[in-house]
Amino acid sequence: MIDQHVSLLLVVIPLLAAPFVAVLPGRHLAWLATQIITAICFALAIYQLLQVLQGGIISYELGGWAPPWGIEYRIDAANALLAVIIAGIAAITAPYSLASVQREIPQHQHSLFYASFLLCITGLLGISLTGDIFNLFVFLEISSLSSYALISMGKQRQALTAAYQYLIMGTIGATFFLIGVGLLYAQTGTLNMADLAARLPEVIQLRTVHTAFGFILVGVALKLALFPLHLWLPNAYTFAPSVVTIFLAATATKVAVYVMLRLNLTIFSSDFVLKTPANEIFLTLGIIGIIVASATAIIQKDAKRLLAYSSVAQIGYMIIGLGFASIAGLTATLVHIFNHAIMKAALFMAIGAIFYRIGSSRLDDLTGLGRQMPWTFGALIIGGLSLIGVPGTAGFISKWYLVIAALEQDNWLATIAILGGSLLAVIYVWKLVEVLYFKVATSERQDVREAPLLLLVPTWVIALSNIYFGFDTTWTVGVAQTAIKMLGMS
Amino acid sequence: MSNSELLLLALTLPLAGAIGIVLTDRWPNIRETITLVCAATLGLLVITIVQRFQAGESIALSLLEVVPGLAIRFEIEPLGMLFALVAGLLWFVTSVYAIGYMRGHHEVNQTRFYAAFAIAISSTMGAAFAGNLFTLFLCYEILTLSTYPLVTHADTPEAKRGGRVYLGILLGTSIGLQLLAIIATWMITGTLDFRHGGILAGKVDPMWSAVLLALFVFGVGKAAVMPFHRWLPAAMVAPTPVSALLHAVAVVKAGVFTILKIVVYIFGIDFITQSNAADWLIWFAAGTILIASLVAMTKDNLKARLAYSTVSQLSYIVLGALLASQLGIIGGAMHIAMHAFAKITLFFAAGAILVAAHKTEISQLDGLGRAMPITFGAFLIGSLSIIGMPLFGGMWSKWYLAMATVETQHWVLLGVLIISTLLNIAYLLPIPLRAFFAKPPEGKTYNKIKEAPVASLIAIVITATACLVLFFYPDPFYQLAVAAAKGN
Amino acid sequence: MELILSHYNYWIVIFLMMAGFYTVISRGNLVKKIVGLNIFQVSVFLLYISIGNVEGGTAPIVIEGAEKYSNPLPHVLILTAIVVGIATTALALALVVRIREAYGTIEEEEIHEQDQSL
Repeated sequence: MIDQHVSLLLVVIPLLAAPFVAVLPGRHLAWLATQIITAICFALAIYQLLQVLQGGIISYELGGWAPPWGIEYRIDAANALLAVIIAGIAAITAPYSLASVQREIPQHQHSLFYASFLLCITGLLGISLTGDIFNLFVFLEISSLSSYALISMGKQRQALTAAYQYLIMGTIGATFFLIGVGLLYAQTGTLNMADLAARLPEVIQLRTVHTAFGFILVGVALKLALFPLHLWLPNAYTFAPSVVTIFLAATATKVAVYVMLRLNLTIFSSDFVLKTPANEIFLTLGIIGIIVASATAIIQKDAKRLLAYSSVAQIGYMIIGLGFASIAGLTATLVHIFNHAIMKAALFMAIGAIFYRIGSSRLDDLTGLGRQMPWTFGALIIGGLSLIGVPGTAGFISKWYLVIAALEQDNWLATIAILGGSLLAVIYVWKLVEVLYFKVATSERQDVREAPLLLLVPTWVIALSNIYFGFDTTWTVGVAQTAIKMLGMS
Repeated sequence: MSNSELLLLALTLPLAGAIGIVLTDRWPNIRETITLVCAATLGLLVITIVQRFQAGESIALSLLEVVPGLAIRFEIEPLGMLFALVAGLLWFVTSVYAIGYMRGHHEVNQTRFYAAFAIAISSTMGAAFAGNLFTLFLCYEILTLSTYPLVTHADTPEAKRGGRVYLGILLGTSIGLQLLAIIATWMITGTLDFRHGGILAGKVDPMWSAVLLALFVFGVGKAAVMPFHRWLPAAMVAPTPVSALLHAVAVVKAGVFTILKIVVYIFGIDFITQSNAADWLIWFAAGTILIASLVAMTKDNLKARLAYSTVSQLSYIVLGALLASQLGIIGGAMHIAMHAFAKITLFFAAGAILVAAHKTEISQLDGLGRAMPITFGAFLIGSLSIIGMPLFGGMWSKWYLAMATVETQHWVLLGVLIISTLLNIAYLLPIPLRAFFAKPPEGKTYNKIKEAPVASLIAIVITATACLVLFFYPDPFYQLAVAAAKGN
Repeated sequence: MELILSHYNYWIVIFLMMAGFYTVISRGNLVKKIVGLNIFQVSVFLLYISIGNVEGGTAPIVIEGAEKYSNPLPHVLILTAIVVGIATTALALALVVRIREAYGTIEEEEIHEQDQSL
C-alpha cells in the first residue's frame, strides 16, 4: 500500500507536518518533530531510488487522474537521486540544527523556523518529483518563499535586505518561468512534461516556442545563480542562519540545475537545444563563471561569503557539463550535483560550528581558531580538499568526468577553466586554512573551545562521506549513468 | 603470510603507527618506541618482499574499483621495489636520527611531527608499489598533503610562506598538468595500467606524444625540473629530519620515480625514441642540472645549498629517463638509491651542526671540523659520493648515465655531466675542507661544542658507511635497475 | 495596423510587463519595488487569460445553447499563480516592515550607506 504512494508521501509528509510544527510549544518538540520527519523522508527517498533502479521509471497519478489531465509524478533515476540528496542533507542538518538554531535564532521563532524549514524541503522535493511543469512552478515558489523567510531569520540585520534582494530576483525569475510555461501551453495545450515532449516537435519551428524556451531559461538561470545572475546568492548565504546556509547551499541551487537538465533533455529535446545557442551560452557563462567567481572568492573577507562565491563557481562546473550535451558531460553534472552537495555541506557545517562558538564568520575573527577547534578544522580541511578535487575525495570524481567530457570535444578552453578553477580553489581554501591555523588567536578568543558533539558528529559524517564517495562511486557515477540512460541519451 | 597480505601490511603499518603515535601523545618515550618499532618492522617487511620478489613471485593487491576500469591496485615491479627498499630502509635510520634531533633541538608539536611523518612514509610506499597511474597519482597527492604540516612545522611566518610555495607548486602542477595528462592518457588508451613497453605506443602521433610527455614531466612537480623547482628550497624551512628523508629521499624521489615509471611503463622507451618526444625536454633537464649547480654555489645557507644540489641531482634521473635507453634507465634508477644515501648523510650532518653548534651558514663553519670530526667526516663521504668518486656508491649511477649519453651519442649532454661534476666539487667539497682546515674566527674557540646527540650520530655513521658499502656491493639496487630497464 | 489592434490585449500585457519590470529595477523605495513586481506579475496573469480565450466562446460553465467555451484551465492556473503572488507580496511587505524597524528607512541607498558605514 505505502509502496505505491512513496513519491506522494515524500511531498505530503513534510507539507502536512509544517503547520503542526509551527504550533508546537516548548524548546525541543519542534526540533524533534523535524528530525523524525526528515529521517522518514530520507528513508523513503532511498527506498524510492532503489525501486527506480530495480523497476524503472515510476509514474504516479495524483488523485487517480491519468496524465495529461491530472498531475503526474514521474520518477526516474535522476530525480530519485536528487530526492535522496535533498532528504539526506535535510536529515543530516536536522541534528545539527538543534544547537545551532538555539544559538542563532530567538526562542519564540523556533517553531516557525522549523515549519519554514519543512516547507522548504516540501518545495524542493516537489520540484524534483513532479512531472507537471506548472506544478513545478508552484513548488518552486513554495521552496523560494520559505527560503526567503528562513534567510531573513539571520542574526544580523543585513539578513533582511539579503532576503529582500533574493525575493525580488527570485520572483522575477519565477515570473519569467511562468511566462515561458504560458507560451508553451498556448502552443501545445498541455502542461505534462512527457506530453509536452511528445507534442513540441510539431510546433518546434514556431518563434513562440523559442521565446518560451528563452524565458524559461533565464528564469531558471536566476534561480540557480548562474553567473552573472548570481548577485543575490553571496549575501543570502552570508547572512542566513548557519543551518539555512548549509541546507540551501547543498540543495537549492542543485535543484535548479536539475530543472535546467530536465528542460533540456526531457521537455525540449536535445535536437532542439542543439539548434539554439543555449549550449554555447552554458559553456561560455560556465567558463567565465568558474574563473571570475573563484577569483572573487579569493579576495573575500568573510568565510561564508568566500564559500558562497565558491558555490557560484561550482555551479559553473555543473552548467559546463550540461553545455557539453554529451553522456560524459551529463554524468559529470549529475555526479557533481551530488558531490558538491556533500562538500559544501561539510564546509558550511564547519564554518557554522565556528560561528556557533564566536558568533562571527569574518576572517579577522577566525584567526588561530583551527588550533582551538581541531576537529572542526579537520572536517573543514577534508571538505576543502574535496572542493579542490584532490584524488581520494568526492570532488576528484567530478573533476575526472568533467575533464573527460571537455577533452572528448577537444574543448581546451573548458579544460583550462576546469583545472584552473581547481587551482584557484587551492588558493581560497588555503586562505581559510592559513587564517585558521597560522594566525594567532586574539586574546579574547583564547578560551574558545571545540564545538559541541551535536555539531561535530553531523559535520564529520558529511566530511567522511566526502572521502567515501571518492572511492566508492557506485551510488554516484553508477546512478548518474542509469539516469542518463533513462533520459534517453545514447 | 601471503604475498598480498605482506604488501597490505607494508602499506598500512606506517598508518597504524601514526594512529598509535597520536594516541600516545602524552608519553614521549612510548611514542618514540612506536615509531622505531614500526620503522624497523617496515624495514624487515621490505627486505622480505625483496627476497620473495627476487625469487620470482608475483606480488599484487587489488583493492576497490573507483570508476569502472579504474581500480586502486598495487603491484610490485623492479623500479617500485628499488624505491620502496630505499625509503623503507632509510625511515628507520631517520627515525633514530629524528629522536636525537627533535629532543636535542627542543622542538614543539612532536606528536604531529611523527604522525605526519608516518603517513608520508605510508603514501611513499603506496607510490612505490602502485600498480597503475591512478593509484600512483593518489599516493602522490597524499604525500604532498601529509608533508605540508611537516614543512610548516615551525608555525612561523617563514614556514607559512614556505608552505604556500610548497603546496602551490606541487598541487598546482599536479592538478593543472599531471591530472590533465593522466586523463588524456586514459581517454587515448582506455587504461592506466603500467605495462612494460608502454600503453601509448602507436596510439598517439609524435607531436601529441611530445606534448603529453611535457605535461607529465612538468606536471610531476616533485621532480623539480626547472621552472617548477622553487618548492624544494622553500621546503627547507622544515626541521632537518624532514629535509633529510622527505626532501632528499621520499618526496623528491617519488617525483623522479613517477617520471621513470611513466617513461618505462606508459610511453615505453622504444616509443619515446621513435617519436622523438623527449628531444627538447632533455634540454630542460640538462639546463636544470647546470643552473641549479650554479645557484647552489651562491648559497651560503647550508640547507639552501643542499636543496639546490638536490634540484640538480634530480635532473640527472630525469635525464636518464628521457634519454630513453636501457643504460639511462639503469643509471637513473640507481641514482635514486645512490643519491638518497649520500644526500641524507649530508642533511643529517647539517642538522647535527645545527643542533650541536647552532650554525646554519657555511661561512660560520670555519674550524668547526675539529670539534665535530664524525659529523664532518660523514659530510665529506657524502659529498664525495655525490660527486661520483670511485670508492663511493655515487660513482655507479653517474657511470651508467654517462654511458647512456655515449650510447645515444649526446655528446653535449656528456659535457653537461662532466661540467656538473666539476661544479659539484666546487660547491660541496669546500664545506668539510673549511671546517677541518680553516682557522676559526679571531677570539673564538669551539671547546664547548661537542658532537650531536648519540642517536643522531649513529644515524649519520650508518648512512655514511652505506655510501662506501654501495660502491663494493651495489648488487641489490643494480639488479633491480637492470630488471626495470630490460623488463623481466 | 489591424494586427496591432486585433491583438490589443497582448499589447497591454507587454506594456504592463515592461512598466512593472522597469519599476522594480529603477525605484529605490522598497515598497515601490513591490508595486512594480505586482504589476509585472499581473501582466502575466492577463497573458494567461488571453491565451485561454476562445473566439466567440463563453464562460466555461455548462449552460443551454452554448457550444463554445473558453479554456478553463488557464483560469485555474492563474488562480494558483495569484495565490502565489499574494504570498510573495505579503512576505515582501513583512520584510519591508522588518527592514524599516532595523534601519529606520525603506530607501535602498540609505540602507546601503548604513551597511557600508559599519
